[in-house]
Amino acid sequence: MNTTAVTVSQVWQWLGEIPDPEIPVISIVDLGVVRDVSVQENKVSVVITPTYSGCPAMREITEHITKELTSRGFEDVNLETRIAPAWTTDWMSATGKAKLESYGIAAPQAKGSPNRCPQCKSTDVEKISQFGSTPCKAQWRCTDCLEPFEYFKCI
Amino acid sequence: MSQVDSHLIEFLLRQGDNPLILGHRTSEWCGHAPALEEDIALANTALDLIGQTQLWLSYAAEVEGGGRSNNDLAFLRDVYDFRNVLMVEVPNEDFARTMVRQFLFDAFQVPWLTTLQASSDQRVSDIAIKSLKEALYHLERSSDTVIALGDGTELSNDRMQTALNYLWPYSGEFFGEDDTDKAMEKRDIAPLPVSIRETWNSTVSSTLDTANLIAPSDPFAHSGGRTGVRHTEHLGHLLATMQTLQRSHPGAQW
Ligand SMILES: [Zn+2]
Repeated sequence: MNTTAVTVSQVWQWLGEIPDPEIPVISIVDLGVVRDVSVQENKVSVVITPTYSGCPAMREITEHITKELTSRGFEDVNLETRIAPAWTTDWMSATGKAKLESYGIAAPQAKGSPNRCPQCKSTDVEKISQFGSTPCKAQWRCTDCLEPFEYFKCI
Repeated sequence: MSQVDSHLIEFLLRQGDNPLILGHRTSEWCGHAPALEEDIALANTALDLIGQTQLWLSYAAEVEGGGRSNNDLAFLRDVYDFRNVLMVEVPNEDFARTMVRQFLFDAFQVPWLTTLQASSDQRVSDIAIKSLKEALYHLERSSDTVIALGDGTELSNDRMQTALNYLWPYSGEFFGEDDTDKAMEKRDIAPLPVSIRETWNSTVSSTLDTANLIAPSDPFAHSGGRTGVRHTEHLGHLLATMQTLQRSHPGAQW
């Protein structure tokens, strides 16, 4: 395929279909880890940033992007990992936050604790543990429906 | 050939080796913690620390310019090449010592990384900004745990006090000072560690007060880790485990 007519926004759209390896309900674009895209004929450059410095999903994300853009016809896929400016949950899209909640993960809040239970929407929630199944999440529990749930940590 | 910036390399190894060795020690808890939530928390803390290590040691390897990678620095150096403070290499012993150590370390890292954010070296500043977010979160958990267990039962208070008594003489090394520290200060890359001692003291004493724990008064401080002059016997054992793959299968790739 000839990639000369491919626009930057087209590449963003393709990347927006790549699921986050750890929370597949949101894409890597929703998560805010894709920071920049540039296209030059057959060459595409993508800048990504890790959520947490030790995020184990970075390698898989890199492989997914390379595979996706190669299959779209790019001969040269250049990936750069940048740690500055440091990733923040503010970069997570509103769509991403809504998808998280419907998946059962409470969205990050500036005050540092979840607004409500993603299941029954009760605001009576309590912390179980500051960490969860991945570096980006904590464990909480709803004191109304008693369901434990994960909360996406705000950083 | 340009001169190797040995003071900067030394400084970066110190920054990277602390989270590397503490991260490895913390990872030893994986599958053994007293509760599932704690197991997960310890493993995630270890993961953050190893992530920070990669950032520091990658930069150290680049400044060194000898073709070594961050992995080479972590897995192919021997005991006396390491520049971590002694506190992070002593055995975990129990959950009390593990959490008191994490707290004493976090109470140092938070003000330290905060000042490094303003480093004249852009790369140091970038790594500090990234790591600080994680360190703040670690400090929140470790200080909460120190308070919960210190101000808990007679048994938990006793275990925490024993841990504190053991670790206290290792805390002075955080504030060591030598030619490398002076060179970093002169170049505005990092302040002298002693400049954050008061902040550390005040975080530690207020948390220990709330936790009903008493800081030992003896000012004696072990040293030798951050300069590499004298590590404890424990580091060699730790490296034997951490580096076993590269020692048995040199050059093995993941
Ligand atoms: Zn609920």
